[in-house]
Amino acid sequence: MAKVPVQFRLNGSDRAAFVAPADNLLTLLRRGLNEFGPKYGCGQGTCGTCTVLIDGELQLSCLTLAATCEGRHVETVSGMANGPTLHPIQQAFMEHFAAQCGFCTPGMLTAARALLEANPTPSREEVIDGISGNICRCTGYEAIIEAILAAARSGQVRRA
Amino acid sequence: MARHRGRGMASVNYPIGMNLGGDPSQALIHSNPDGKFTVALSAIDLGQGMKQVTRQVAAETLGVPMEDVYVDTADSDTGPHDMGSFASRGTHRMGNAVIAAAREARGVLLEAAAEELEVNAGDLVTDGRGNIHVKGAPSRSITVKATAQAAQFKQGKTIAGRGIFLIPLSTVDPQTGEMNPNTAFAHASLVADVEVDDETGEVTVLKMASAYELGRAINPKMVEQQLVGGAWMGISHALYETPEPYYPDPSHGPRDFNEYLMPGPGDIAPYSITVLERPAPDGPFGGKGPGEMCANPVLPAIANAVYNAVGVRVNDLPITPEKILRGIKANGGARPQPRRGGG
Ligand code: FES
Ligand code: FES
Repeated sequence: MAKVPVQFRLNGSDRAAFVAPADNLLTLLRRGLNEFGPKYGCGQGTCGTCTVLIDGELQLSCLTLAATCEGRHVETVSGMANGPTLHPIQQAFMEHFAAQCGFCTPGMLTAARALLEANPTPSREEVIDGISGNICRCTGYEAIIEAILAAARSGQVRRA
Repeated sequence: MARHRGRGMASVNYPIGMNLGGDPSQALIHSNPDGKFTVALSAIDLGQGMKQVTRQVAAETLGVPMEDVYVDTADSDTGPHDMGSFASRGTHRMGNAVIAAAREARGVLLEAAAEELEVNAGDLVTDGRGNIHVKGAPSRSITVKATAQAAQFKQGKTIAGRGIFLIPLSTVDPQTGEMNPNTAFAHASLVADVEVDDETGEVTVLKMASAYELGRAINPKMVEQQLVGGAWMGISHALYETPEPYYPDPSHGPRDFNEYLMPGPGDIAPYSITVLERPAPDGPFGGKGPGEMCANPVLPAIANAVYNAVGVRVNDLPITPEKILRGIKANGGARPQPRRGGG
């Protein structure tokens, strides 16, 4: 099928590409734009490691048609750090040893960011709810929950 | 219909590594002209922390800052040989190989420094901050960087070291069948408290407590990280996960994450861990390592706790609500067992 053009912002910069109408955003990011932040885990919306923000909303890029991103702002984990300065949630993940293999980390960080930007002072239950679409095989979740609560307590994550 | 509480316990005597052909690991270390060191290994860090642990071990043995050591596990085609990252062998086997390589490299480093300072290599010490000086005379010193540059561009020396760890092959005694396939054992005990619903067969893990003896904890936070993550996996194997629910009948096997059940962040239980450090005589700085035993005691402890709660002994994993309900039915009702211990 004929390819269609799509233009959108990716972590603050303008990007353009030609995509097949059925291409998903994850494939476009990884194969077309060399943006390897979001990972391919299941490709069917059940693991969460491909999570991105689209216009500030949490979305699974494997279930998002690339063409639907026209004119929108896609943010991935790669846009969280400011140069060498880590985002407060990344800093908290590091301090709390909240990653082992790191495969879930892009999705966890993005889900945590969406949560804290909407609700800067979540309860433990709200944190659990916020990451419940993300599977982690290594950490047993506890360190991730603690890191997100610590990032919230630091008061450094601003409401979007 | 009621919910019954139960407590179960399990202990592990866990062999670190194995002894198929001596279970060898190799390490190669070399310095770059900027005085930084690269450790080449072929075992892969899957997130268990092997890179960090071998980095600490290399830095400590070389006598240089940890920041100046880089561990490269990039390629098992071109790297030194290793049996691999499994059998909880990483810290112990690779750690020992790295120590051997780092000792040899340190020897060359001190010889090169001795040549520059015109002293005996035996009189030199490192300060762990990037300097080498004469014992008792800190002013007669040279940096590791200057030494590496002198070795590279003046002396024509490679500051490098080779290391291997190999355990003697233990053959089976034909008379007694005895053999000693292992050099290091780690130990643990774990107590699990559960609640079993005798109407739905559902098990909730309420809390767990454990004590682990795994030699010296070379990186205590990473030990804790492995123990917590491994316990989650233990709960998962005990109560949720299976690729073949009706083994050996392969039907009804899960095909994806929609069907493959695992506990999520809302299903975890409070878990308290005590780490007992008893440095192992043949371990790198006394370390044995946690590894697979993080998950092991959880399974039997939960099975015992389920028995304690409702009197059903489930002998195959996972312990599903279906198996528990069948057991309760066969027993003519839940049969709570006497409960030991407080809390
Ligand atoms: S890859 Fe998108 S949810 Fe798994
Ligand atoms: S750190 Fe390995 S999957 Fe989460």
